[in-house]
Amino acid sequence: MLTVSVYRYHPELDKKPYMQDFQVDTGGKDLMVLDVLNMLKVQDSGLAYRRSCREGVCGSDGMNINGVNGLACITPLSACVKNNKLVLRPLPALPVIRDLVIDMDQFYKQYEKVKPFLLNDTPAPAIERLQSPEEREKLDGLYECILCACCSTACPSFWWNPDKFIGPSGLLQAYRFLADSRDTATEERLADLDDPFSVFRCHGIMNCVTVCPKGLNPTKAIGHIRNMLLARAT
Amino acid sequence: MVTTITNFGRSGLYDWLLQRISAVVLALYSVFMVVYLLLNPQLDYAQWDALFGMTSMRIFSLMALLSLGAHCWIGLWSVSTDYIKPFVFRFVFQMVIGVLMFVYTVWGVQLLWGL
Repeated sequence: MLTVSVYRYHPELDKKPYMQDFQVDTGGKDLMVLDVLNMLKVQDSGLAYRRSCREGVCGSDGMNINGVNGLACITPLSACVKNNKLVLRPLPALPVIRDLVIDMDQFYKQYEKVKPFLLNDTPAPAIERLQSPEEREKLDGLYECILCACCSTACPSFWWNPDKFIGPSGLLQAYRFLADSRDTATEERLADLDDPFSVFRCHGIMNCVTVCPKGLNPTKAIGHIRNMLLARAT
Repeated sequence: MVTTITNFGRSGLYDWLLQRISAVVLALYSVFMVVYLLLNPQLDYAQWDALFGMTSMRIFSLMALLSLGAHCWIGLWSVSTDYIKPFVFRFVFQMVIGVLMFVYTVWGVQLLWGL
């Protein structure tokens, strides 16, 4: 039997959050954490968590699994369970709506700040804006982000200043558009980032890189943004 | 973009760059001092006085002193904006650090240049 300790909080019933222990029979299989959650849901239908695609594409089930942020659907028990115990908490730093469901408003506000869409003031071509294979290659490792918030909520700089520091996820997207050959707003984008908080609160501790379920490297992207700001100013 | 800021250089890039450059200056100064003291175990007052009497050493020391002041201000300003959430405490902390850095810098110049 696997002991699963889950963070429970129902704002209308509970005065404060508490941890509830469940016993689950995994049948000796190396299940994904999401499978275990679905088994818990049978035991207690009031348990709340987000999930959708169950294959690491939608980014709904980001949570803190035995102390490390990750997607429940693609984290096998063998990769996280220690001493036959699994501890599940909501992603840190953002307000809890109920149980493992968090309010991602602040996270999306930061995403919105970087204008995550192509800005191009040149006349639109008849069919499409073309890129060379080399130009397209620059977007690899950037466009794959699924906005699960595992990285930003693992970042202490985001914990202390979630309203001012854009966070690793937003900055990865900021660089995705700075690096895009079809975008012509590079100067405006950089001007919007040159304050002590938006980019420079990153101290390069690389928690984001450690937890990213898609294996992306926001710290590297932030380094590229810094270099672009430096090149622009000197 | 966060526009209401009381940091050092009014731009994140400027502070970041100054923090790195001042760190290099402080590292060089520290290494120089340690190596100098190791190479001169029988150091006496006359030799120490002669070292700090050299113009190059005075420039180097002043550079290290200014670097220390700027480095401390930028670093502690960042720390205060991370950890001290009530505005009054943060403001007082920043004022104290700012005044202390100024006092230490002027005092340091006085000592090093023998004014």
